[in-house]
Amino acid sequence: MVTDRTKLPVLGVDPQFRFPGVERRMLTNGVRLWSVDHRHTSLFTLLLLIPSGSAADPLARPGLAALTADLLDEGSGDRSGIEFHEALGRIGGHFRTEVTSDATLLSVTALARHANEAIALLVEVVTRPLFATSEFTRVRDLRLHRLTQLRQVPAVVAERAYLETLYGAHPYGHLAIGTDTSLRALTTEDVAAFHAEHYAPSRWTLIAVGGGEGAEMRGLADQLLDSVPVSPSADAAPPSPHGPPAPPPPRDRLVFIPRVGAVQSEIWIGHLGATRRTVDYHALLLMNMVLGGQFVSRLNLNLREDKGYTYGTRTVFDCRLGRGPFTFQASVQTSATADAIRQVVREISDIRDKRPVTPAEVAMGCAALTRGFPRNFETAGQIAVAVAKLALFDLPPNYFSEFVRRVAAVDVAEVTRVASVYLKPEKLVAVVVGSRAEVLASLSNLGFGEPVQH
Amino acid sequence: MDVSYEKRTLDNGLDVIVHEDHGCPIVAVNIWYHVGSKNERPGRTGFAHLFEHLMFQGSEHHDAVYFHPLQEAGGALNGSTNADRTNYWEVVPPGAVERALWMESDRMGYLLPALTAEKFRTQRDVVLNERRENYENRPYGLASMALVAAHYPATHPYHWPTIGAPADLRAASLDDVREFFTTYYHPANASLVLAGDIVVSDALRLAEHYFDEIPAGPAIAPVVPPPVQAMDGHPPLVLEDRVEFPRLYLSWPSPALHAPGDAELDLLADILGGGASSRLHRALVHDRSIATDVSVGQGSRELAGLFTIVATVAPGHTLTELDTVISVEVDRIAVDGPTDGELERARARVESDFVQRQQTVGGFGGKSDQLNAYNVFVGTPGYFVSDFDRYSRADRNAIKAAATSYLMPKRRIALSVVPVGSATVALAGSTCVNAS
Repeated sequence: MVTDRTKLPVLGVDPQFRFPGVERRMLTNGVRLWSVDHRHTSLFTLLLLIPSGSAADPLARPGLAALTADLLDEGSGDRSGIEFHEALGRIGGHFRTEVTSDATLLSVTALARHANEAIALLVEVVTRPLFATSEFTRVRDLRLHRLTQLRQVPAVVAERAYLETLYGAHPYGHLAIGTDTSLRALTTEDVAAFHAEHYAPSRWTLIAVGGGEGAEMRGLADQLLDSVPVSPSADAAPPSPHGPPAPPPPRDRLVFIPRVGAVQSEIWIGHLGATRRTVDYHALLLMNMVLGGQFVSRLNLNLREDKGYTYGTRTVFDCRLGRGPFTFQASVQTSATADAIRQVVREISDIRDKRPVTPAEVAMGCAALTRGFPRNFETAGQIAVAVAKLALFDLPPNYFSEFVRRVAAVDVAEVTRVASVYLKPEKLVAVVVGSRAEVLASLSNLGFGEPVQH
Repeated sequence: MDVSYEKRTLDNGLDVIVHEDHGCPIVAVNIWYHVGSKNERPGRTGFAHLFEHLMFQGSEHHDAVYFHPLQEAGGALNGSTNADRTNYWEVVPPGAVERALWMESDRMGYLLPALTAEKFRTQRDVVLNERRENYENRPYGLASMALVAAHYPATHPYHWPTIGAPADLRAASLDDVREFFTTYYHPANASLVLAGDIVVSDALRLAEHYFDEIPAGPAIAPVVPPPVQAMDGHPPLVLEDRVEFPRLYLSWPSPALHAPGDAELDLLADILGGGASSRLHRALVHDRSIATDVSVGQGSRELAGLFTIVATVAPGHTLTELDTVISVEVDRIAVDGPTDGELERARARVESDFVQRQQTVGGFGGKSDQLNAYNVFVGTPGYFVSDFDRYSRADRNAIKAAATSYLMPKRRIALSVVPVGSATVALAGSTCVNAS
């Protein structure tokens, strides 16, 4: 049979997606243990969610949450950090830490036949870290060196200035790694105090994903009951799904940071976005798909596919417990800097009124989000992170199973409405990291006022 | 560890490989063309990768960007080029498999009628921007280019980086595109994998339906690299870059992918530099605090490999100190071999990495990509267990022997990457290299 090449094959009906069941237990020591029976792999993933991240840093001490997490595996219980990593190596394990603004995520992934040892190792570093002065100084110094190296990474230079411009002295106004001044001032006492306050087992949600049957998961629960002490603050308030209040309006609108010899300009543009629990979340996701959230979005097609200014662009609503940023980001060739900024402002403005989303764009964005949804839940690690979001943002248990229906229910009018409510061209701030000689003079007439130089 | 599959070669030479995995309602479509930057010629470097970009710009029967019909189907898609091969993949819901195959077959069979000068110019600009973003404007981004240029003679296909030289990219023409497509993009030089929520018989029938009509292309002579003279003491090199701390790159010629010694050097790399308990991390970062980081890798490719140790100097210390400590550790493991504990941990990590990679059917590095890699490089898609066995067989003596025979001081090239204007902090006697 000859292939019909006059038209693309029509799409078949997709199987209905069902998020795997999450079994929730509340242990008597206050630990929430959530498990998912995922037998598709011989790996076991244990993820611990601590609902405190860089936003919990004292305002004058940015970097404390991340430094604390970084020190957990540098000596714990009767083991040195090296001995911990040797034990981890024997079970084919990986230990990862991630500090976001709202949370600290700690995980061990290992071969499933070593699940008990994986649990023991994670519990040990979290409940019995030593925070020895020698290790503290060494790791703190490594973080200081990292800060120095990051001065040459345009995206990080831009992100730091962007967050400072947008949020100022606000829990979301700094990078998790902190600042040179702050890291130099921190002490082991600060770290121990942060750990005592934020890592109490009553604040844990432990997420286990693996091939365990019910009985094995009960065994896991018993092991956790035996090894995790009831903390003094076990009766402390459970984690709250509320974030910090919004900051006052920014003082500067356009910040320029010179980079000698830069062949591209790193550009970050945006303003305050939304909280994760906004009722408009699904409509915002869809609107962002059209604007800049996928390859075929307006901004990427304009700046990359039409003009060839850049390798790629993106926009994102980083929805957090509090109002996270709405951000456009791209690295563009130096000569195109001013025009790229003009195009971004125009696209953000036009999608609100002059060129509102079309039914075809909404249908495309919706299909990409819904039909492609199952592939986000293939691996144990992906499932664990998804479950952690349920816990952190206090989303309903059926959240993922309802996702497709919720997105499909958003119509064109709704997308246009959230575009006009959540996008505010007059409130945009911009940060540019690039060549002073070639770029600075071109930034004065973009509607942002005179650039402020850092 | 084993991955079941069925393989059929169509009359036009296209290998079709199918693997069923019904764990998630998705299907991976993955296609490899056995062509990469090693097939380029001097003066047209970077072309294989530029060509890859054009494969997303439309074909005769779908003359528009390839992303729309597949994103509308809930698919993810991408492609990549390296020295040895170019791959393209889609991960789609089962109901979109036919669409993905229609599109893959259309660009394999009918790309050129949709080619225009404008598409070509725009994608060349995009690639030049990709180069600026990922190499020129990134700290240490040019080091790997300087290393391969030093290791391989100018006529060797690994002498240039896959991203290519800007002047070469600007010199490329539409005629180059036509010639390249005709030479390399045809069924007999390709391998197609369908993996995931699909049954073997359906998958084979669909692959045959969409690809059978494409004629077999010309036979392609294998790339035969010119002989590389064994080094006997190469002068150290220095490259100035916008970086805060000097960094040392030490690299040795090493076995090609799957050649004897390759797995041994993989294990050795892990023992020397994998994680916080590795020898070099302890010696440089943990115990002495003379480096901020260290990494070690056996980078093996189809024709040859490079074993590389990379470490960054901590403030107050020197590249020479790093070189001294690294040399002592390399000598020590070449003399004594690894300990039993080190070998046990390295093997556990290999097993866990194998299992880890088998968690996904699609994308870069998923099962479909691995089936194609094995098919293209060793001729057996289901080479998983044999591959893993290489690591189980590598004992302490074999690892020690590999360290002894490959990591000789006179065979290495040392490259110092230093802050602009600080060439004097490089290893003594270094020669300046230019990369841009």
